[in-house]
Amino acid sequence: MILSVNGVEFNYRSRIILDKVGFAVQKGEFLSILGNNGAGKSTLLKTLNRILLPKKGSILLDNQEVSKLSRLAIALKMAYVSQHYESNRQTVFDAVLLGRKPHIKWEAAASDLALVQGVLAKTGLEEYALRYLDELSGGELQKVIIARALAQEPEVLLLDEPTSNLDLRNQIEVLRTIQTAAKEKNIAVVAVMHDLNLALRFSDKFLLLQNTKVFAAGGPEVMTAANISQAYGVPVSVERVQNQMVVIPT
Amino acid sequence: MVGNETVPDGRVNYYLRYTWKKKIILLGLLGMTAVLALYAISAGSAELSPWQVLLTLFGQTEGQSQIIIWSIRLPRVLAAMVAGIGLAIAGAVMQNILRNPLASPTTIGIAQGAAFGAALAIIGWGAGSSSSTGGGAILINNPYIVTISAFGGAMLSTMIIIFLAQYKGVSPESMVLAGFALGFFFSAGTMLLQYFTNDVNVAAIVFWTFGDIGRASWGELGIMTCVVFGSLLFFLFNRWNYNALDSGAETAKGLGVNVEKTRQWGMFFASLITATVVSFLGIMAFIGLVAPHLVKRLIGGDNRFLIPASGIMGALLLLAADTLARRIIAPVVLPVGAVTSFLGAPLFLYLLVRGAKLR
Repeated sequence: MILSVNGVEFNYRSRIILDKVGFAVQKGEFLSILGNNGAGKSTLLKTLNRILLPKKGSILLDNQEVSKLSRLAIALKMAYVSQHYESNRQTVFDAVLLGRKPHIKWEAAASDLALVQGVLAKTGLEEYALRYLDELSGGELQKVIIARALAQEPEVLLLDEPTSNLDLRNQIEVLRTIQTAAKEKNIAVVAVMHDLNLALRFSDKFLLLQNTKVFAAGGPEVMTAANISQAYGVPVSVERVQNQMVVIPT
Repeated sequence: MVGNETVPDGRVNYYLRYTWKKKIILLGLLGMTAVLALYAISAGSAELSPWQVLLTLFGQTEGQSQIIIWSIRLPRVLAAMVAGIGLAIAGAVMQNILRNPLASPTTIGIAQGAAFGAALAIIGWGAGSSSSTGGGAILINNPYIVTISAFGGAMLSTMIIIFLAQYKGVSPESMVLAGFALGFFFSAGTMLLQYFTNDVNVAAIVFWTFGDIGRASWGELGIMTCVVFGSLLFFLFNRWNYNALDSGAETAKGLGVNVEKTRQWGMFFASLITATVVSFLGIMAFIGLVAPHLVKRLIGGDNRFLIPASGIMGALLLLAADTLARRIIAPVVLPVGAVTSFLGAPLFLYLLVRGAKLR
């Protein structure tokens, strides 16, 4: 297991956000964290790379306790794409090059530049390379941030709503790029997802959170109408359309 | 900066060309500063030709021009450049770590703290007095005590800001507001001191707050240079961290940056520069604010280039302001602080209008 989470608890003052959450991900696996707003999805993601320090529980990254690793050591193995990102006066190339930061000692090497160029090509950002971030659309910016995480060459990729700003075509393209990278480079992906159908299409594993607790976890077999209805509090049916599972609110 | 090694397939040559363009702009700014410095050394009541200046600098002449250059003009020009570099890089780094384009040495209360310290020394310890030698000039009796006290005031202000951020959880974005409040607080303190003292001391305080590059001698220049270039090295060492911070604190953490430490130490060195420069030379507004903004327009926000280029731009601006202050109604020398504000404010407004148009 590249990432294994056990009994993680987190609270803001007296308000409990995460209650004994546990799960595990293997290399090359795509795990979606699902659940209603306020279920603790983003908080869980942030405790995984210690942006937030859990009050209890253990998080093992490649069998090492995350709380005992330095920020740099974590960044060398784990990339994080925040839900909130700021645009600024950097070019797309420089913004993606920043993903190489944990690997750079003093200055970027030719190999770093070549790798960035490769990632730009893969994510369809080549033609934007010298545009400034503050001149991009929300969707383009989101692709840049994901490209940066890929340039970081992590073993675990944490994504907080990676497709929230993307149109239908870009949603599919970006998730496909991530999925391909995960399989090719053997990266474990942990993504907070809002769109159940996108999650069903691209993930291997699912973690349903309900009100601070794990409601169900496992492969596609846990994505039953009953489980989803209960976890979200909305009646749904799960159908198969063109050999693809689809969730429809009823 | 970015390595010159050619990438085998040449696909990133366009990026290398792009970084070269920035380096050329950097060199251009450096060249302009050098030319201006040469002019600033040669211009004055005793006119010297640039050629004479060069000869003197390389030790090829003797006599009067040597004295004028080595003991009067050169320290002044170098002080303007070092102070300009210091204020500008402090501004660039503050704008980055406080996530606020309004952050600068004179907008977060440090300069006002220094002025309060100076006022306290002038009044409290009688360090200032006036004598009417040569055109009613005001002399500060004991400049060392005033400088040390000004430095104390600036560092007190710095400590309060860092304390607020560190232990009271004031967000970086709010620090500029806290700095404003602090600035007003210290200004009020200075005002009260002025109200209860005699007119001689008031004059001395007012005189002190006018930034004046002419106060620097070789000794002071030496101290300023050590502080400014030491901090510059520290900033350059952290340039990737500042780039990461530009994308938000959470993203920076995800990239392996120790955000709290980077902010604390960045603030510390930026404040140290400000305290040193302001306590030696007085208040010179707008350099630390305008220089990074100007450079950002020219070459973008990549701190690998932004920090050194801001420094050079700061040197250029302050040297230009000081030269103008010396020359515009010569032989009267205007206070450089007034000139920087006078030119800085319209320049800043122009940048804002241009920025609005570009969007």
